[in-house]
Amino acid sequence: MALALRRKKAGGASQPPPFRQASKWIDERLGLSKFAPKQLSKVFPDHWSFMLGEVTLYCFVILLATGVYLTFFFEPSVREVTYNGSYAPLVGTQMSAAYKSAVDLSFDVRAGLVMRQMHHWSALLFVAAMVLHLLRVFFTGAYRKPRELNWVIGVNLLILAVINGFLGYSLLDDLLSGTGVRVGYSILLSIPLIGDLAASLVFGGPFPSPAMIPRFFALHVLLLPAAIIGLLSAHLGMVWFQKHTQFRGPDRTEHNVVGTPLFPTYAVKALGLFVLVVAVVAAMSGLAQINPIWKFGPFAEAKTVAAVTSASQPDWYMGWMDGLLRLIPGWETRVAGFMIPNAFWGGIVLPGITFTVMMLWPWLEPRWTKDRKAHNLLDRPRDAPFRAGFGAGVLMFYFLLLLAGSNDVLATIFSVSPENITYVFRVLIFVGPVVTYLVTKRICEDLQGTNAHPAAPGPNHLVIRRADGGYDIAHGVHHDDPHDLVVDPNNTNAPAPGEPIDKGPTSKRKPKPKPKPKPKKEVQN
Amino acid sequence: MNERHIAPAFIVAVLCAFGFMVTYGFDGNTQLQGGLLGGAFGGLGVGMILWAKHLMPNEEVEDHRHEMESSPEEQQEFNELIEGAAGDVTRRKFLSRLGLAAVGSIGLAALFPLKSLGPNPGNSLFRTGWAKGLRLVTQEGKPIKATDLEVGGALTVFPDNGEHRNERDSTIVVKVDASAIKPRRGRESWAPEGNIAYSKVCTHVGCPVGLYRENTQELLCPCHQSTFDVLDGARPIFGPASRSLPQLPLSIDSEGYLIAQSDYKEPVGPGFWSRGRRKMEDD
Repeated sequence: MALALRRKKAGGASQPPPFRQASKWIDERLGLSKFAPKQLSKVFPDHWSFMLGEVTLYCFVILLATGVYLTFFFEPSVREVTYNGSYAPLVGTQMSAAYKSAVDLSFDVRAGLVMRQMHHWSALLFVAAMVLHLLRVFFTGAYRKPRELNWVIGVNLLILAVINGFLGYSLLDDLLSGTGVRVGYSILLSIPLIGDLAASLVFGGPFPSPAMIPRFFALHVLLLPAAIIGLLSAHLGMVWFQKHTQFRGPDRTEHNVVGTPLFPTYAVKALGLFVLVVAVVAAMSGLAQINPIWKFGPFAEAKTVAAVTSASQPDWYMGWMDGLLRLIPGWETRVAGFMIPNAFWGGIVLPGITFTVMMLWPWLEPRWTKDRKAHNLLDRPRDAPFRAGFGAGVLMFYFLLLLAGSNDVLATIFSVSPENITYVFRVLIFVGPVVTYLVTKRICEDLQGTNAHPAAPGPNHLVIRRADGGYDIAHGVHHDDPHDLVVDPNNTNAPAPGEPIDKGPTSKRKPKPKPKPKPKKEVQN
Repeated sequence: MNERHIAPAFIVAVLCAFGFMVTYGFDGNTQLQGGLLGGAFGGLGVGMILWAKHLMPNEEVEDHRHEMESSPEEQQEFNELIEGAAGDVTRRKFLSRLGLAAVGSIGLAALFPLKSLGPNPGNSLFRTGWAKGLRLVTQEGKPIKATDLEVGGALTVFPDNGEHRNERDSTIVVKVDASAIKPRRGRESWAPEGNIAYSKVCTHVGCPVGLYRENTQELLCPCHQSTFDVLDGARPIFGPASRSLPQLPLSIDSEGYLIAQSDYKEPVGPGFWSRGRRKMEDD
C-alpha cells in the first residue's frame, strides 16, 4: 500500500491522477464543475414511503435488462411448428413458434427460465410498487399545486404499464393468455359505432388473427417501452426540478427542503435499494414459479375451446376489470336496433371513468376544499379526512372487484356456489366502499384530535409520529394543534417535540409514574 | 457498526456470485440460480446500505426552494415574445390558413396507412364456417353419428370443411332426453334424437363455454360464470351473458352421421354495435 502510493507520487509529479485528467477533459468541453457539485449535493428528504417510487423505477430497469435478454430467444410468430424439445409431455405437439420459443427458453436455454421469471415477477412488482407509490402520493396530497402535471404523467405511466403487462403475457401464445386475448378482443368489439373496425385494426383481422402476436411484440418491446421511458424521464425530471415534497417537522417549511444530500450517502443508499430489489426479484424467480406456460399448453384454437376450464385469472393488475365483467348482470342495451354489449361497461367505461377521474383529481379536490395554494409540505392522511376516506373507499371498491375476479376460486375455497359468491359481491361493492369511507374519515378525525399513532402500544402510551418518519413515545399529550407535537410540560419523562430520539431504547423503557390518564380519555372521544 | 460488521455481506455476495457461475456450468438448476443471484445481490445491497448508513456522513442539511413562478417582468417578456411571433403569423390570414390546410391535409393523409392494419370486418362477424350438409367432426376430424353420444354426454365439434379448425365455428353438441327439450318455435326439428348443438363461443366475451353440468342441464362458461339452460334454448340463467347461445340446426344424413341444416341463424359470440342491423342471409 505504502509502496504503491510512493510509486504513484514519484511517477506522477507532473501527471495528475486519472480522475483529475478525465474531469478536466470533460470540463473543458462541458463546464462540468460549474453545475455538477450543486446537483450532486441536491437535498432529498427521507421517508420510507418515498422509496416506493424508487422501487418502481428499479423494477422497470430490471424489466428492460431481462426483457432485452428474452428478445434474443423469443420468436414472435404464429407459424405452426412441432415441439421437439426436452419437456417430454409436449413432444410432438403442434404449436406456434412463439409458444415453442418460450418453452425452449424455459427448458433448453440455461438461465433462460430465471430470466423469464425475473421478467414476469418484476412486471407484477412494477405495477404493485407503482400503485403503492400512487397511494402514497394521493393520501399525502403530494399531487397538489405545483405538482398536478406530474400526477397526470404518473397516471399515464400506470395505464401504459398495465397495457404493456397485458401485451407481454399475451405474447407467449399459451392457452391461458390466449383466452385473455379473446376477452380483450371482445371488449374492443363492444365499443359503440366503431367496435368492429377498431378490433380488426388492433388485431389485424377477426380473432384469432395471425398478425396478433407479431403486432403485440412490436408494441410490447418498442412502442410502449419508448413511451414509458419518455414519460418516466419527464416524471423524474419534474421531481428534480421542483424538488421533492417533505413531511412537516422542525425547521421544515414550504420554502425549504430538509434531508440528506444526494452525494454520496443518499446515492449509495438508493443504489443499495436497487440492488436489494434485484435480489428479491432474482430470489423469487428462482424459488417461486410464475406463469408455467408448459402446464397450460399452447393456444391452438381447436384444443383451446375443448380445454379451457375454471380458474382462468389474468395477472393481478387486470383483475379488477375481470371482476366487474363477472359481477355485472346480463344487461345489453339496444338502441334503435344497435347494441351496446355488456362488456363495454366493465371493459371500457369503468377503466375510462377510473383513469379520467384519477387524472382530473388535482383539479376536482380544490372545488370543495377551495385550497388552490402551492404545497411543498405533505399532509398526513388524517390531516385531510375527506380525502383519506374517499381514497380508502375507492380503494376498497377496486379491491372488492379484484376479489370478485377470483369468484370461482373463492367459491371452491369456501365451498359455496359461484352464484352465491357473485350475489354477495354485488352487494359488497356498494356497501363496502361507503362503510370504508365513513370508518376511515372517522378514524382520521379522531387521530387529529389525539395526535396518536394508530399503532400505539398501550392505553397509557402515545406514540407520536414524527414528521421525519420516526416515532416518539410520550405520556400526556395535548391535542390542540394537529401539526405541532405538543408534549405535556409537567411530564419530565416525555421527549420534547421533534427531539431526535433513538427509537429502540425509548420504546423499551418502562413507563415512569404516569400523569393523569387524560390522553386516554381523548382517544376515546 | 464498523467495517468488520459490513464485510460479511460483501463476502456473501462474492461467494454467491461464484456459486452462480458454478451452477450455471453444471446443470443450470433454476432454484439454485435464482437463490444464488438473490444472495449475491442481497449481500451487495445490504453491504451498501449498512456502509452508507453507518460509515458515511449522514447529517441532515437544509436547502432552499426557488419559487417556481417567474417574476411578472419575465412572464411579460415571454408572453410578448410568443404573441409577437403569433401576431406575425395571424396577420397574414391568407397564408396562415393555407399553411394550416397543408398541415391538416398531411395529417389526414397520414391516417390512411393506418387502415392497412386490419380489414373491414364486413360479413365475417355474421358468418361461421357452418353450412348446409356439413358433418359434425371432432377436432381430430372424426365424424359423429347420431347414436355416438350417450344421454348426458357432450362433445366439442367443428364443421367438416377442411384441415383448419376455427374457434368461431366451435360447437358443443349435447345428448339429452329428446322429450325433455323445450324447443323454441321453428326449432322443433333442430335436435334429432336428442342431439342438441349450441355455439361454444360465449355470448358475453367469447370464452369457450366449456363446462357441462349434466344434473342441472346447464352449460357454464369458466371465465365469467355465465350459465345457460341446455333444455331451454341455452337461455342465460346466471352471470353476465344476456343472450342465449345460438343453436345450430342439426339433422342426420343417410349414413347416420350428424350434419348441419345450415349456418347459425344469428351471429355467434359476443355482441357488437351493428349486430342487429344486418339480416342474416338465408341459405
